[in-house]
Amino acid sequence: MSLTWIVILPFAGSLCAAFLPSHARNTAAWLAGGVALACVALTFQFYPQMMGGAVVRDVVQWAPSLGLDFTFRMDGFAWLFAMLVTVMGALVILYARYYMAPQDPVPRFFSFFLAFMGAMLGVVLSGNLIQLVVFWELTSLTSFMLIAYWYHRADARRGARMALTVTAGGGLCLLAGVLILGRIVGSYDLDAVLASGELVRAHSWYLPALILIALGALTKSAQFPFHFWLPHAMAAPTPVSVYLHSATMVKAGVFLLVRLWPVLAGTDAWFWIIGSAGLSSLVLGAYMAIFQRDMKGVLAYSTISHLGLITLLLGLNSALALIAAIFHIVNHATFKASLFMAAGMVDHETGTRDLSRLSGLYRAMPLTATLATVGAAAMAGVPLLNGFISKEMFFTETIFISGNLITRLGLPAMAVIWGIFSVAYSLRFILQVFFGPSARDLPRNPHEPPRWMLLPSALLVAACLVVGMVPAKTIEPYLDVASLSVLGADMPLHSLAVWHGVSLPLIMSLLAMAGGVLLYRALGKYQQGTAVVPLVDRFHLDGKRIFEFLLEKLDVSARGLTQWLSTERLQVQLLLLICAAFASALIPLSHGGLPEGDMSVAAIDPAFAMMWLVGAVCAIAAAAQAKYHRLAALSLSGAAGLATCMTFVWFSAPDLALTQLVVEVVTLVLILLGLRWLPPRYKSIDDDARSLGARIRARSRRLRDLGLAIVAGAGMTILSFAVLTRQAGEGISPFFIENSLLLAGGANVINVILVDFRGFDTLGEITVLGIVALTVFALLRRFRPAPESMGLTPQQQEQDAQTGRSPPDPHALLPVGPMMLPAVIVQLLLPVAGMVAVFFLLRGHNEPGGGFVAGLIVTTAVILQYLVGGTAWAESRTRIHPQYWIALGLLCAAGAGVSAWLAPRQFLSALTWHTTLPVIGELHLSTVLLFDLGVFLLVVGAAVLILVALAHQSRRGHRKAAPTHVEPKYEVAPGEMPSTPATAYALVQPNKGD
Amino acid sequence: MEVVYALAIGVLTGSGVWLLLRPRTFQVIMGLSLLSYAVNLFIFGMGRLTVGSAPIIDAIKQTDPSLYDDPVPQALVLTAIVIGFATTALFLVVLLASRGLTGTDHVDGEDSEP
Repeated sequence: MSLTWIVILPFAGSLCAAFLPSHARNTAAWLAGGVALACVALTFQFYPQMMGGAVVRDVVQWAPSLGLDFTFRMDGFAWLFAMLVTVMGALVILYARYYMAPQDPVPRFFSFFLAFMGAMLGVVLSGNLIQLVVFWELTSLTSFMLIAYWYHRADARRGARMALTVTAGGGLCLLAGVLILGRIVGSYDLDAVLASGELVRAHSWYLPALILIALGALTKSAQFPFHFWLPHAMAAPTPVSVYLHSATMVKAGVFLLVRLWPVLAGTDAWFWIIGSAGLSSLVLGAYMAIFQRDMKGVLAYSTISHLGLITLLLGLNSALALIAAIFHIVNHATFKASLFMAAGMVDHETGTRDLSRLSGLYRAMPLTATLATVGAAAMAGVPLLNGFISKEMFFTETIFISGNLITRLGLPAMAVIWGIFSVAYSLRFILQVFFGPSARDLPRNPHEPPRWMLLPSALLVAACLVVGMVPAKTIEPYLDVASLSVLGADMPLHSLAVWHGVSLPLIMSLLAMAGGVLLYRALGKYQQGTAVVPLVDRFHLDGKRIFEFLLEKLDVSARGLTQWLSTERLQVQLLLLICAAFASALIPLSHGGLPEGDMSVAAIDPAFAMMWLVGAVCAIAAAAQAKYHRLAALSLSGAAGLATCMTFVWFSAPDLALTQLVVEVVTLVLILLGLRWLPPRYKSIDDDARSLGARIRARSRRLRDLGLAIVAGAGMTILSFAVLTRQAGEGISPFFIENSLLLAGGANVINVILVDFRGFDTLGEITVLGIVALTVFALLRRFRPAPESMGLTPQQQEQDAQTGRSPPDPHALLPVGPMMLPAVIVQLLLPVAGMVAVFFLLRGHNEPGGGFVAGLIVTTAVILQYLVGGTAWAESRTRIHPQYWIALGLLCAAGAGVSAWLAPRQFLSALTWHTTLPVIGELHLSTVLLFDLGVFLLVVGAAVLILVALAHQSRRGHRKAAPTHVEPKYEVAPGEMPSTPATAYALVQPNKGD
Repeated sequence: MEVVYALAIGVLTGSGVWLLLRPRTFQVIMGLSLLSYAVNLFIFGMGRLTVGSAPIIDAIKQTDPSLYDDPVPQALVLTAIVIGFATTALFLVVLLASRGLTGTDHVDGEDSEP
């Protein structure tokens, strides 16, 4: 279990740090440091088991029914890597505490940092390939956060985005590769995969899997040709660079290559793909590093080069090279971390990292200078330092390579050239910054950094020295444990020693060292004040530029493809949708045909036929009139709705008929309220404005749509008839009928289904209704009507002109004018409607009715008050707060559901009580009634809110118009009414500017 | 009877589809409303057409499923009617807002051809 804790702890710490106040830098640092040290301790306690070559596994069940578990697995190599990640993490946290400025939001930094550490430990300790990829992508994401920590800086944002694009894209390739690998092996479990190397290498899918996994690893490790993201990631705070680019992020790539080495290595394809990427990065990185002006830039390209070294060693297909690679992973982490820390300290104390400005810092910062010099010597491979030993091992491997003459001679030659380059850039790094005359124009006056900031760097440099002098006593046992777990029985005999006698590798080393010094001297003049890299810059081989070019091309082509394949035009989309509906109906029909029905057809009732004759004519007429005669179309469509309603009555669906009827009324009022805001449309104007070509196009489009409509109608007719004339299949309906009275105590099966059997669905439905109402309300709050529909409509003007308008008096007992009598009637209607609603609500469980119908009846009564009295008048007396009704309704319905837990039974189970009251008699109470009451309240609230919000808009129009335009509508005298509506609108239009 | 019912569905569908393909927002909202009548009738028809057998349990018929109309399509359609109202309201408000913002009642917010 403690294995799982190693991964969980950092994430938990990250969560805690995220909630700290932004100035709590000490608390955050203590928290992060504590977590890191705890992880170190937890990891180290596994060492005795690792020495015995054991593999520790820890399985946490996640979704056992799907066979999904969290598997954590630790062997020697994973242990070594976990130690590297946690120890480095602890050191960097100490360093970061002093590096970060007090005004930075430090807890956020440590939160991201710990999350990254957790993700990295997850990669290292995953026992399942898919799980590994998930953690892998998490490292990409969290490193994105870390690199973009100073998100106010454009270079940080850009660098972070580039790193994320490259590494997360590589992660996707890795996922594909791992999926193939898992298919070949038949399991994603790491142990199973590691045990089937022979099978994988012989498989025909080996090459695709290898290429995809290599893409993942090489992008992560910033290997050529994906190396360009790493220098741009230097925009991160230096502690991030220390951690990400020495010990963790970029090492994840080589970690994966080592992890899968027993499975994938040993073939020519492996040698060429991994080896050539490694060799190119090795030489190119070192070459580029010589010409950098930024201290961190030098280190970034040097990192590419050293990771190239590790990759190349892994690509050589030799067990000794693998040991050298693992050794160099550790060595590189120590000396590179100390150098990054030194660069950060110089930056921190002087305010610049520019090599051409820095000089002679040895006097002001002697300790920093000493530490950096030793670190750089290790980087250059000076004897008695750890970098020297792994370099010697590398040189030895290049000599013993078998193969043709080019590889046999070329590889050692390239190795020496790399050695020359790395000596040159290490020399330049140190001599330029710390030696020579003192710099004069530094942004800050340099002095030694705080002791605690120097400590991590000092510890790392000490490690370089100790490992470099007595490797056999210090690092060798751990290295053996790690190598053994990868190589198993193939582990060769080897020993780490400083002195091997005078041999070819030593001569190569000396050659490289001498060459490096010469090269540095030769380039001395050239490098002053220039950041141009010879050869590379001349041919525009700038990775960043190519990357951005490709990204832009991708963007443009994606947009082009979208434009080509899809459309923003609604008509085309609807056309395609209807065609798709046709296709989905035609495909099964073309296979099975449509056999004749087996049921007898009922005789046609002339009344029903007549009703639908009217209904059909109304529907067609509504379709024809909807463009120019909206009111007529609305009424005609309402007539078709009435026919539908009558059909429900006819065929034994009283509940549907009731609901349809009230919904019909409310919908009609709703759309009527909306009509006012639509632009006027006249056939004559439309026709005149159109050219001949446009008219022909419109006509042909209409013909096509008419055809489609006829086909759709005919198809639905045939389909409906076919369904209606055959026996219904055995469904779930008998259950509801048999159990409605028995289990739910209600005779109206429909209502019982809605409020009891399928109460949960209804709860969801009324929630949707409430959301829609609130959405409508919110949308209308920001509603901006078109300017020309702001004023009074021509009808209103005409009426005003005839009757003489007086401003509405909201406090009058009754509205004055022609609406006085109706107002009396609707006011009397309100209590009656309320009573009818209660009647329908209460009887709903046994007779047609229920919450929906009752709610809509009340809504109709309320909206009638608005219609007849006007908004101002209605609102001066009835203060309805529909929002409260919605909330109360939801509370009632949910409360009825929750009350079942008291019994205790499942959510929404009905509870019933029977009591006998003295006067009233027997009383039957049920939570179902409470639920239906909730439905009722919510329907009232939602419908009234929608309607009132819409009705309110006419008041807004007047209010807006009033201040800028002093009642122009009353100035139009009767008889002067403008003849065409267009000018009428112009007259009452308020100033367009506001 | 079934023929008339099927023809009614067909006419409502045809009118609805025609309006759905029109360029003006009001036409589309009318089309949706006609189409929803058709769809509701179609779903209701899945329970087959019976006369005088509303699914309300009474003492004489007891609980014999064959004597009642299918309640499941009815419950579905009842829900559909109410949700239909909500979507109509939402669509109406969106079309009004679009009209206010773009100055036209074309479904795409711009008049390509008058």
